[in-house]
Amino acid sequence: MTEDMMKKPRVGLFVTCLVDLFRPAVGFASVKLLEEAGCEVEVPMAQTCCGQPAYNSGDRADTIAIAKNTIESFEEYDYIVAPSGSCAGMLRKHYPGLFKGDAHWEARAAAFSAKVHELVSFLVDVMGVDRVTAAHSGSVTYHDSCSGLRELGIREQPRRLLATVSGLKIKEMRDADVCCGFGGTFCVKYPDISNRIVEEKTANIRAAGADTLIAGDLGCLMNMAGKLQREGSDIEVRHVAEVLAGMDDRPAIGRGQG
Amino acid sequence: MQITSPAFKENARAALADAQLQKALGNVREGFIDKRQRAVDALPEFDALRDSARSIKDHALAHLDLYLEAYEKKVTEAGGHVHWAETGADARAIILEICRAAGARTVTKGKSMITEEIELNHFLEKEGIRPVETDLGEYIIQLRRESPSHIIAPAVHLTKEQVEADFRRMHDHLPFARDLSEPESLLNEARRVLRAQYFMADVGITGANFLVAETGSSVIVTNEGNGDLTQILPRVHVVVASIEKIVPTLEDMGQILRVLARSATGQDMSVYTTVSTGPRRPGDPDGPDEYHVVLVDNGRSAMLGTEFQDMLRCIRCGACMNHCPVYHAVGGHAYGSVYPGPMGAVLTPSLVGVDKAGHLPNASTFCGRCEAVCPMRIPLPKMMRHWREREFSRGLNPATQRYGLRAWALFARHPRLYRLATAIAIPALSLFSAGKGRFRHLPLAGGWTKHRDMPAPEGRTFMQQWRDRDALKQGGQA
Amino acid sequence: MSGREAILNKVRGALGVSFGDASRASAVARRLDDAPVGVVPARGQLPESDRIALFCAMALKVSASVDRVKGPGEVPEAVAAYLRSKNLPASVRMGADERLQAMPWKAVPALEVKSGPAGAEDEVGVSHAIAGVAETGTVVLHSGAANPTTVNFLPEHHIVVVDAKEIAGDLETVFSRIRHRFGKGTMPRTVNLITGPSRSGDIEQKLLLGAHGPRALHLIVVDAG
Repeated sequence: MTEDMMKKPRVGLFVTCLVDLFRPAVGFASVKLLEEAGCEVEVPMAQTCCGQPAYNSGDRADTIAIAKNTIESFEEYDYIVAPSGSCAGMLRKHYPGLFKGDAHWEARAAAFSAKVHELVSFLVDVMGVDRVTAAHSGSVTYHDSCSGLRELGIREQPRRLLATVSGLKIKEMRDADVCCGFGGTFCVKYPDISNRIVEEKTANIRAAGADTLIAGDLGCLMNMAGKLQREGSDIEVRHVAEVLAGMDDRPAIGRGQG
Repeated sequence: MQITSPAFKENARAALADAQLQKALGNVREGFIDKRQRAVDALPEFDALRDSARSIKDHALAHLDLYLEAYEKKVTEAGGHVHWAETGADARAIILEICRAAGARTVTKGKSMITEEIELNHFLEKEGIRPVETDLGEYIIQLRRESPSHIIAPAVHLTKEQVEADFRRMHDHLPFARDLSEPESLLNEARRVLRAQYFMADVGITGANFLVAETGSSVIVTNEGNGDLTQILPRVHVVVASIEKIVPTLEDMGQILRVLARSATGQDMSVYTTVSTGPRRPGDPDGPDEYHVVLVDNGRSAMLGTEFQDMLRCIRCGACMNHCPVYHAVGGHAYGSVYPGPMGAVLTPSLVGVDKAGHLPNASTFCGRCEAVCPMRIPLPKMMRHWREREFSRGLNPATQRYGLRAWALFARHPRLYRLATAIAIPALSLFSAGKGRFRHLPLAGGWTKHRDMPAPEGRTFMQQWRDRDALKQGGQA
Repeated sequence: MSGREAILNKVRGALGVSFGDASRASAVARRLDDAPVGVVPARGQLPESDRIALFCAMALKVSASVDRVKGPGEVPEAVAAYLRSKNLPASVRMGADERLQAMPWKAVPALEVKSGPAGAEDEVGVSHAIAGVAETGTVVLHSGAANPTTVNFLPEHHIVVVDAKEIAGDLETVFSRIRHRFGKGTMPRTVNLITGPSRSGDIEQKLLLGAHGPRALHLIVVDAG
């Protein structure tokens, strides 16, 4: 085997702003999973946010400025991986379109976007991971976050890996593929509608009868966790990376230190 | 209708609090989605047909002027008349003139969204002509003087109890003892009442699902058969259709038919697909003596050549609203315009202006389910975003939103500033949660904490912790 | 300026094209001439006997009823049998369709056959289809001097006779037959594609048969006789 073939792929971790600020554990779980899969992981300090809040509010100029910063910070890596279908979808599917008519940046964005992956689909589809070593006693139900599902086709990959977590049982909920009502700025612009949608979701989650709710996007998870807790449910809520990395010993999302 | 889109938020709140409406909306969630999925699963070529349908419409739109001319020529050859209406007002005036010439007092109507869009019924009534909607759902909402809340199921917001009450109120011949508690008996009552109207009408007005340029035909696709009775019994048949309904050939229509009913109701084909060409022929024992087509622009041509052109592929199947979580939550009337749901969120601003309809493209989670099921592969979320861009560039969104966004963007554009600010704010916010892991109330986040708790940050940011870990590593290596 | 010119000018302006662009005109003329067929589902592409069986199965699936007879001579008796089974009066309305007229209606005792367009009082209409579509269980009818359209919609029961050999696999085959029969670009006043009896789901999404058109659609498939 040549040295080149043995070289580990260099992965730039796009932490995502919500993970950075609210749930660093997901970031460390991602690093662990990527390293176990044989990647060399780096975290560029110049990253901030993928730009979705500006993009989805119609603020093109700020989106473009943010996107340029992201591309510059990450384009040297073999892969760019994010523990979020939503942010990965933004980087992969929407960045090139921002630069229509700017040949230089369009090409740079396209080259960058082609290397972007969501964490779990990257592990399965690119790195060929087919099992994890973690254990989790109890049952989980998995919510398919919208962007990951419909922009990136993530559906089977997390279920396949979760099925290899020892002691874990998957209980599918009804309408797992229906939006949780988060929608980024939507949930603050239209709180009453958002609430109605998440009520529908938490009813399905509770009906599934699992101990833990899992998803791949922190925004959706915070929304569903917040609603479940307001409803007095004791269902735990965790990011899929925490469970796959066996880092589920810390308090679940929205739970205190004991 | 009165456009109430600017009051979307208030409409939505009222809708959410309306128990009867919420019960009826359950039927949308239950009724359409599984049926569509089964029909799609049973046809391996479905996605190939979607691609085919999309390219047919793209081709037709790119050559729209020529196909309209070709279509007009064939209609005229078949003895029909084509009228051109730039605006809703033009269309109404043309239709009125046709009705007057026919001495019409009663007109029956097949279900047609374009006549809702141009507010034809109200106008005809004012002119002393009685319009009678014959589609069951349209008939019910006409009794209630409402607009449709769904483009293929106009009365989907109502329960059978509400329909019974309306029939008892409006059908004064009904004996009290007559059982109208079930949809069957309600349908029979409507059938009986409307039968008489078909024979009484002087003019029948229908919409069109397709206009076929090759043959000069208008095509309606229905399940009830009301559209057919509307167009074969009166002496005059008027077709009202917007200009983007054009397809080149019968084969092109066939491609789109295969995705239309499956997407709409989960049927392989709707019950009646009727291809009409000109008036009654010499020797024909029935059919109308006159055949008119009113081609309506009303804002369509202004969408051509813009980022909204793809919307003109829409075939009005309703799949987008059937799969929309926002539509499921608030129903169609909350949108305050003729076209609700995702397709309405894109189309309405084109028709009435984004200044009036600005809420509609904003009231979406961008979950993408509408685009995933759209038979014509219309990128609905992308076009809603384009409307948001137009709003933003015209400064139409609320000042608080704009300032909040600008402040956030300032940080997001400057990584060092962002690191600094978050390194201070986030651990503080975490401390503020006092170890409970979440907030029940949070200043500036009332929209969130009104309905749900807000998970608190774990503590220091990932970046802070990572830098420490890196420093440790570097130290260890040195 | 007329509405017509105004709309066409707006369309041309928006598309950025000019009047009289020969390449666009020829693209349109070619498409109208060629009428390309597009994607045809494999479902209906079957040998004749399977195709007929599929047609019958699909028709049943959409709540039509189906009878098969060995030749046109058996149709009147099949119609009479249907009327008896539904407890209907022995009276049908039909147009002067040649193929229907050639059938031995007189051989069925006490069956009244009324000719001409249907009226409000008619309970049963009989039509002859020009084709069936196996893919969806659809029958295709057209208007003409001998084929009133009212017969297809006013009676509560609609009986449609279709020749087995005229059951096509798909819609496209039917379109090309129509073109062949009436001339390219020419259509009878009305062509009805009918797939099952009338229905509505407008009240609480509950699907009910017999909204405004026939409550029952009965198909009589005539095998080559």
